Amino acid sequence: MNAIATAVVAEQFDDIEQQHSAAKLGMWIFLATEVMFFGGLFLAYTVYRFTYGHVFALASRHLDDVFGGVNTAVLLFSSLLMALAVRAAELGRRKQLVRLLLATALFGVLFMTIKAFEYRKDFVEHLVPRFDFRWDGPDAANAELFFWIYFALTGLHAIHVTVGIALILVLALLASAGKFSQNFMPVEITGLYWHFVDIVWVFLFPLLYLAGHR
Amino acid sequence: MNATPNATTTIVRHSGAYALDNYLTSGQGVKSWLLTTDHKRIGILYLWTILVFFLIAAVAAALMRIELLTPAGDLVTSETYNKLFTIHGVLMVWFFLIPSIPTVLGNFVIPMMIGARDVAFPRLNLFSWYLFVAAGALALWSLIHGGVDTGWTFYTPYSTTYANSHVISMAAGIFVAGFSSIITGINFIVTIHKMRAPGLRWFRLPLFIWALYATSLILVLATPVLAITLALMSVERLWGVGIFDPKLGGDPILFQHLFWFYSHPAVYIMILPGMGVISELITCFSRKRVFGYAWVGCSSMAIAVLGFVVWGHHMFVSSQSIYAGMIFSLLSFLVAVPSGIKVFNWTATLYKGSITFQTPMLYALGFIGLFTIGGLTGLCVATLAVDVHVHDTYFVIAHFHYIMVGGMVMAFMGGLHYWWPKITGRLYPEFWGKLAAMITFIGFNLTFFPQFLLGYLGMPRRYHAYPPEFQMLNVLSSAGASILGVGYMLPLIYFLWSLKRGRVAGPNPWRATGLEWQTGSPPPVHNFEGTPIVTASPYMYDAEADRELHMANA
Amino acid sequence: MTTSPPKLYWKTFVALAVLLAITWSVSYVDLGSFNLIFALGIAVAKAILIMLFFMHIRGSSRLLHFVAAAGVLWLLILLSLVLGDYMTR
Repeated sequence: MNAIATAVVAEQFDDIEQQHSAAKLGMWIFLATEVMFFGGLFLAYTVYRFTYGHVFALASRHLDDVFGGVNTAVLLFSSLLMALAVRAAELGRRKQLVRLLLATALFGVLFMTIKAFEYRKDFVEHLVPRFDFRWDGPDAANAELFFWIYFALTGLHAIHVTVGIALILVLALLASAGKFSQNFMPVEITGLYWHFVDIVWVFLFPLLYLAGHR
Repeated sequence: MNATPNATTTIVRHSGAYALDNYLTSGQGVKSWLLTTDHKRIGILYLWTILVFFLIAAVAAALMRIELLTPAGDLVTSETYNKLFTIHGVLMVWFFLIPSIPTVLGNFVIPMMIGARDVAFPRLNLFSWYLFVAAGALALWSLIHGGVDTGWTFYTPYSTTYANSHVISMAAGIFVAGFSSIITGINFIVTIHKMRAPGLRWFRLPLFIWALYATSLILVLATPVLAITLALMSVERLWGVGIFDPKLGGDPILFQHLFWFYSHPAVYIMILPGMGVISELITCFSRKRVFGYAWVGCSSMAIAVLGFVVWGHHMFVSSQSIYAGMIFSLLSFLVAVPSGIKVFNWTATLYKGSITFQTPMLYALGFIGLFTIGGLTGLCVATLAVDVHVHDTYFVIAHFHYIMVGGMVMAFMGGLHYWWPKITGRLYPEFWGKLAAMITFIGFNLTFFPQFLLGYLGMPRRYHAYPPEFQMLNVLSSAGASILGVGYMLPLIYFLWSLKRGRVAGPNPWRATGLEWQTGSPPPVHNFEGTPIVTASPYMYDAEADRELHMANA
Repeated sequence: MTTSPPKLYWKTFVALAVLLAITWSVSYVDLGSFNLIFALGIAVAKAILIMLFFMHIRGSSRLLHFVAAAGVLWLLILLSLVLGDYMTR
């Protein structure tokens, strides 16, 4: 094995292949952990939607599906960019990699911006629990429960998006310094995380925004 | 067949015998420890850390047992008593039992047992220790500022609405400790999958590895649910809005579902590693191959998986649906099957074995007896009708202490004695070791057996005062606790003593077969001088050949 | 080679976008309880597409398939047993 190839292999591993497959496996297990982390909130959603289905449908209609739908498209597109970035990393195309990573992060920021405007609208319409929450009609308490779950789920998701953007920007920085010419695994496993965040949103969109038909 | 221990492995050595430099001498000073990524040193960092929490939690237990000497609540107020059992529970569960065997013994021996230089992610491993320390600091902060009175279960709505204590900082501590656990779990699973030595197939793995693999599975899949649950509980307490709040139509029972979805599997996080240690000890000290290797290994996996579908048996009297109760009761009985397989197979391993009663073996035998009692009384409390009678009584307390203290702590002590010569290069004094093991066994039974009777007679848990007719049994229990305390203090003293004055152990004082014994004691930094190649099953013990070898050497 | 030609990624994205359009428009039609089943079905389909092609689970080792399946399976254990309680109260 030549000196350049051994330089990127950590001392506990025999070769780069072992190191790659270990990193990938570790990330997948972490994502399974994340499924269960979100799982607690999904359980709460499921139980209360089962119990208060009618109110949840009414409350869901107060959310703006344009925000939700457009944001879904934004995240899906950023996932595409991320997948292309991983490919660029594997092929060792440094410039393309940096550009694609920056574009992925940009769409992540776009998602967060749209989300921020949406939260602002929710606030103006008095849909934030405990902050002058107003609800016309019966079962105001249960509607408040729906909005609390909405904020918890989307808030937790937003934290994940923010972490993802930060990771991708760090990757872009390192990539421009040529860090991934030998070992593209950091890009690949960050990509896995980013796609996972996308998948969570793919479920949040119909569950939160489309719970009651319009 | 050549039956010397070395026959199972071939180690390709570069030159000469073991290197003089070992993992303890290779770097000196505090910095070399705090920045280490060596799995062996991290194991020792964990050992010191959990010792601190064990001692604090033990003091809380001692205060409770002193309070319970008399029927009147005279030593501490009921509020203080609530805080005592809470801190005892929280620290013992999350800061001692759950990390004990995995992070100390697991970290130390897993890579060596599978012939690896280190775990898959050494830096993450160190990071998880720092997380654990940070978590412990949060818990201690909460304790110093007045403690928490909710019990280790944090049931809502008490924890969210009514408790006037430092619930959030304690919950935050557990939240952070959870992430430390998750990182350890991921690290172990990846290490066991990806780092095994050539020839070490799955069914050649030591049973300790199987047990820790199963444990890691639970760590990874259950802990995040606890994290989100405690986060939701804290948010609800902070802002008065949340999913468990009945004012909003929320359901406190949902909290119990989420809590026990983690906390029941957590019981198996606590006992499975202990079972793994016992499999090592029983085979080594009866000089026999384990009876039904595949069954013992697979039963660890079965316990881990079944452990996830039984949590509702903590909620029989919580107003959960009666049908759910029936299902959970039935599923709970199923866990007895793999647990029984283990106990029967250990017993069968002992049969016609060439048994020696060294200290680790005494702990192992104690484990089998106490775990059996704890397991059988587990069936009692998993039975719907019986549980209605004994729920929230000392019967439950006794049951789970037989599993956790009689099981896990015995196994931890057994494992610590067994691997102590590997960790430090020196032997503990055998006489004192045996004495401590026997004192622990007697003290344990005297402490907790009376609690079965108390519980059956109807004494509820978590009260600092009780009717006078329960005094006799409570005095017995407190007396037992003081004996148990002596049993735990002795090893603390002689282990420290042995660091300087213990007999030099040599690479393999027990003539054990595991890979970790095929290298120096203490091991070199990268564990082996070369990569070991495994050519046979584990536990190739042969008592007859042992004797011949012994004669030849003598 | 872990990754695929760019064309495959683009095709995957187009499929995802089409599924998004479908689920969004169907939400304007009243199908009763089928609205939920339909929406979840499409979400599952999208998740599978992302995992297969973006996350390269297709062509990965069987071990990774198990890990991915375990995450889903354990979530289902949590949901189904708790819901079992609420449905039979």
